[in-house]
Amino acid sequence: MLKVDSIQTKYGSIYALKGIDLVVNEGEIVTIIGANGAGKSTTLNTISGIVRSLAGSITFNGVDITHMPTDKIVESGLIQVPEGREIFPNLTVLENIKLGAYLRKDKNIKDDIEYVTSFFPRLSERFNQLGGTLSGGEQQMLAIARALMSKPKLLLMDEPSLGLAPKFVHGIFDVIKKINEQGTTVLLVEQNATLALSVASRGYVMETGKIVLEDKAENLMNNESVKAAYLGF
Amino acid sequence: MHIDILYNILILSGINIIIVLGLNLITGVTGQLSLGHAAFVSIGAYSSSILMMSLGVPFGVALIAAFIIAGLVGGLFGIPILRLHGDYFAIATLGFCEVVRVIMMNMKATINGESQRLSLSLSNIPQHISIPLVLILVVFAVLFMIRLEKSKFGLALRSIREDEIASQMMGINIARHKVLSFAIGSAFAGLGGALLASYITAISPNDFGFTRSIELLCMLVLGGMGSIVGVIAGTTILTAIPEVLRFASEYRMIMYGVVLIIMMVFRPKGLFGNIRVNV
Repeated sequence: MLKVDSIQTKYGSIYALKGIDLVVNEGEIVTIIGANGAGKSTTLNTISGIVRSLAGSITFNGVDITHMPTDKIVESGLIQVPEGREIFPNLTVLENIKLGAYLRKDKNIKDDIEYVTSFFPRLSERFNQLGGTLSGGEQQMLAIARALMSKPKLLLMDEPSLGLAPKFVHGIFDVIKKINEQGTTVLLVEQNATLALSVASRGYVMETGKIVLEDKAENLMNNESVKAAYLGF
Repeated sequence: MHIDILYNILILSGINIIIVLGLNLITGVTGQLSLGHAAFVSIGAYSSSILMMSLGVPFGVALIAAFIIAGLVGGLFGIPILRLHGDYFAIATLGFCEVVRVIMMNMKATINGESQRLSLSLSNIPQHISIPLVLILVVFAVLFMIRLEKSKFGLALRSIREDEIASQMMGINIARHKVLSFAIGSAFAGLGGALLASYITAISPNDFGFTRSIELLCMLVLGGMGSIVGVIAGTTILTAIPEVLRFASEYRMIMYGVVLIIMMVFRPKGLFGNIRVNV
């Protein structure tokens, strides 16, 4: 479904990505784990066209999206839930959700608002509240709900657990699993490697701009060096 | 209060409301701080006056032309400049304002058959302004802006103000939205400029310099960014102050300063900065 072929991305004169290859197949949850600054977020931002790759190619459902503007990429069914819950703080919850459906021209948006908020009942109680007044966990729910409104085929998620209380983290990961079971493919970037590998089917390990390991999630969980470096035991 | 002064305040407030509503769309709604709004007022004022005086175009047509010309110039200028962010964008608009002023100073136009330099004040502009006309155009501008902000397009503009990267991730074509917002905002400045020229009947390029842009921005800040009610209130207050204190009009920038300092201390979001307009 998604094929990333040796992409390289630079910030100034420093290479953040030094040739990344990865594949996401339809129906999977794939995770990229790694330390701070390894280039995980840059990988996602390059795929969704926020930053540009200098070399290599990105193919989504057979179409080359390497040089496509972000709005065309979103239109083709790939959307990102940004890191740090970048919701729109002075817009209401409902307006935030509606913005996810910005490119859709069909009439089912109302039904879909009900559908996405069925994952997060708390949001529907807060439709007219400003996004910025929500708690951290609720903002993360909102960011996910907003992205789902675009009816993505592939959902990119950047650190959904960042800065959340543990009870929210588990709730969010349950929803990620549910979303995946209902047919959305997920590419998940996480620092919380244990949790990420527990929901994913495959994983990539990144270090300083390179992928150093790639395997099934359960094999990564049992890999001694991964355990030592990322799982904390 | 003398009736003439009241009449003057009503007309000038109405005209300024139209202009500042344009600025509100660019700065308050879309979040692009513009210090060059007066340039578009100037473009509107000169295009309508010259059209009327050298080609004999009727006032109504000249108004529409000023609206369109200012909008087009805004769009064309916006295409390269809206790639800039924050302070850089503000400085570019400031530069543009000066460029327009200098170009106007050096331009010639054929007025009533004679070639005339625009650096001299352009006077005897036909007077066509009445309270009903200004009122109708203010109502049009207010309704237009309310509809625009409530629309899907307006929601996208507000999302750009909130967070450009996130709205880009939602699939919003940021460049196109910013340019459109800038063009529409400029068009309203042009419309206001055309009305202003026809009201005061004499204009000079120096009336539309940087100071004028700042005055317009002060009206917006006083009322509250992004609030249409705020635009109406802030503009009326800051238009009325120098008229009421006409004897002290040399000092009106001091009044602006005092009012704005008080505002920033007691109500940094402006008078109506956190009130939403509900229709």
